[in-house]
Parts: sequence; structure tokens; C-alpha cells
Amino acid sequence: MPNLGIEVLFKGTNMARLLGGLWVSLRISLIAVGFSVLLGIPLGIIMTAKSKVIKAFTRLYLEVVRVMPQMVLLFIVFFGTTRIFGWNLNAELASVIVFTFWGTAEMADLVRGAFISIPKHQYESAKALGMNSLHVFLFVILPQTIRRLLPLSINLVTRMIKTTSLVMMIGVVEVLKVGQQIIEANRTSSPNAAFGVYGTVFLLYFIGCWPISMLSKYLEKKWSNT
Amino acid sequence: MSENKKEEIIKVNHITKRYDDNSVLEDFSLSVYEGEVVVIVGPSGCGKSTILRIMNGLEPIQKGEVTYRGEKVDGKLGSITRIREKVGMVFQSYELFPHKTILQNVMLAPVLVQKRDKKEVKEEALQLLARVGLAEKKDSYPRQLSGGQKQRVAIVRALCMHPEVLLFDEVTAALDPEMVREVLEVILSLAKEGKTMVIVTHEMAFAEAIADRVIFLDAGQIEEEGTAEEFFRHPKSERAKQFLNSFTYEKK
Repeated sequence: MPNLGIEVLFKGTNMARLLGGLWVSLRISLIAVGFSVLLGIPLGIIMTAKSKVIKAFTRLYLEVVRVMPQMVLLFIVFFGTTRIFGWNLNAELASVIVFTFWGTAEMADLVRGAFISIPKHQYESAKALGMNSLHVFLFVILPQTIRRLLPLSINLVTRMIKTTSLVMMIGVVEVLKVGQQIIEANRTSSPNAAFGVYGTVFLLYFIGCWPISMLSKYLEKKWSNT
Repeated sequence: MSENKKEEIIKVNHITKRYDDNSVLEDFSLSVYEGEVVVIVGPSGCGKSTILRIMNGLEPIQKGEVTYRGEKVDGKLGSITRIREKVGMVFQSYELFPHKTILQNVMLAPVLVQKRDKKEVKEEALQLLARVGLAEKKDSYPRQLSGGQKQRVAIVRALCMHPEVLLFDEVTAALDPEMVREVLEVILSLAKEGKTMVIVTHEMAFAEAIADRVIFLDAGQIEEEGTAEEFFRHPKSERAKQFLNSFTYEKK
């Protein structure tokens, strides 16, 4: 059996460093997810408005986020703002800003989609029972919206966690960067470390994202049956 | 007519309804009296459903007014929720709340809107469900029921609010033919109790059996009006004869 280069992980504090890097990835994505949900839900509700101006602006925002590679956004926010405004943003903060900017747009679009997917008749039959607008929203529309929304937004969370691998490009030492450092440092003693370390990083991402993805599948299945 | 001695509950007074530039109803008037079953029939797109929706304040109108016991019916007024408690409506697509069980569907509005005691509402809901033969479905979710069962639940849900008038908007139009009867039987039994109802339907045999008064609508106008016997056996207008003929078939 060839040397898989896993042994480097057991040298010194390498494994702990890798896990520390994973925590950085998760921290950035979870903080960004938190803000994205907080900002995306109201924005999504605003996006259901009929006003053409609101539609045009939110559409533009969404398209910009979709078209622009996240890495370019990271570079603009991290390097660009330093040149233009003289801000010296910490790389992790810049990452959170970019991921929130992205996540808010995606979340808002999911919220908008979930709201407009509720048939008009649901509003009408609730109203016909004498419910006022607040009742209709809280007891009829919102619960159905959340059910449609949750599996999709969990999917977004896993995408955000995965994409944090880009933040090493602006100098954040997250799990992938730590892996790279370990490989570099042990280049001579463990030339095969690239396989073992990146393989482990792969597993860590998998362990991080897979349960979330399973949860989304489970909820989707559970709610489609009710 | 004898209805005139009874109290007028819903009055539709010279209303005009337009969608964009298309006029659906022009200067339309109709009164519904206590204990009366009014059936509105007519070709598709003649504005039948629109009338029911207007009676429930679900459609804005451009001219005229609708009143329920003298009070203005307008979807934009705060009083509309109180009126809708009294004017129940059942839709073609039943529209139960998919995230709630059958029992929760029936109980939601009485508890939430009328602030009635949960236990008392539950008892009544179970009784009503038993009456339409669905007591054992109380903990099922809407998607586990057939169309006919869902529509019966929708009727129970409206009944549990103790409405004074019930509006039925083509309640069997979306159902498989073999499920139509079970729903219509429920409505017939309500008529027997003397409930005031306004029914829009394409089921002519049912209309004939249940109607105290038939309104034949064509292009937003009342083309003919009369008792079930008068309208179905001796239609006066050409349009009504044509319309009724479209339901009978002959081998050529």
C-alpha cells in the first residue's frame, strides 16, 4: 500500500490546527448565514411588492450577486476598499461582508419564491373565514412559507460553507489554508502529505455539510407528507 | 313573490365590475332573502363566480354597493371580517390549509376569530365532521383525503363559524364525477334545515332539486329569473332554452 501521507496529521498540533481552520470556515459561514437570514427575509418580503422600482433594484442586486464570482467580490471588498476609502478591513470581516452580501440576495430570492408559491386561494379562503390580514399571514401563509423555505435555505447554507474555501485568497487562514501550510512544512519528510491532508480536508467538509444536507432532505420529505 | 315578506339579507345594488377594460357586470342587482336558496346558473365566463366573490368582499367593484343586513360589504373596510364571519364561502378548489389537520382546519377560525372556547369548538367540529361522515379523518392532513372529502371538510369549516349565509362557488366543478354526489348531499341537507344559500353550479339536476329561485345569467345580465320549476320546465327566453339544451344529448 502506498504511503497516503496521513501521518503528518499526527505530528505536533497539526490535527488541532486543521480543526481550528475548520472552525474559521464554519464561523465565517455561520455568521454570514445568520445575517443573510436576518436581512434576506425582510428583503424577500419587500421583493414580493408590486412596485416596478423595487423590482428593478432587487433584480439588479440579485443579478450582480449571481453573475459576479465570489472571489471577485472578495477582492473588491478586501483590496478595493483599502485603496479607495483607506479602510483596513480585517480579512475575516471582509469575508463575512461578502458572504452576507451574497447570502442575503439568495435568501431573499428564496423567500420571495416561497411566498409567491402560496396560491392566491389560500389567502382568500382564510379571509372568507373572517380572518384579518395579520391572522392570515401568521397562521396560514407564514407556516406554509417556512415549510417551503427551510429545505432550500439549508441547501444555501451548505453552499456557503463550501464556498468559504475561497477566503484563503485574501489571507484568511481557514481549513484549506491550514492544510496547505501543513503540506508545505512537511514537504521533505512527507512528500505524499498532499493526498492525506487534502483528503482529510475533504472529509471535514463532508462531515460539516452532509448532516445539514440530510436534515434538509428529511424536512423536505416529512413536510411533503403532511 | 313570497320571499319579499322575508327579511333581505344580502343586497347587491346596481353594481358595476370591470377587469381592466372588460366589463363583467354592468348595473347588476340581486337580493337574497332569509332562508332562501338562490342558484345562479349560466354559461362559463358570465360573471357568476364574480358575484359570489363580490358578496364576500373579495373583489373590488367600480360602482354601486353590496350590503349585508344594511352594512356595506367592502374588502377594504375593517368591518369586513365581521361580515365574513356571517357570510361563509366555499370555493371550487376547497383550499384547506395543507399544514393543518382536518380538525385544526375546522377549528382555526372559530377559535382565532370568534375567540370561542377551544373545547366547545372541538366538540362542535367533531359533530359536524361526523355529520358529513368524516369523523375518523379528524387527524389526517388534507393531502390524504380525496377531493370530495376535502370539499366536505371545507363546508364543515365554513359551517363551524355559524354563518347566516353560505356562498358556494362551483364546489363540485373540480371533483371526479363519482364524488359530486357526496358533496351535493351535504348541501341538500343544509337546504332542508332552511339555511340561506347562494349557489353557483353547473350541476343542473342539483340546481333544480335545491333552488327556491334560479337566476340565469348571461354576459353579466340577469337573462331570466324564476322558481326551479319555471326555469327548468318552462324557460321563457331563447338564451335559457339554448343553455338548457346544451346539457341534453340526442343520438344523431
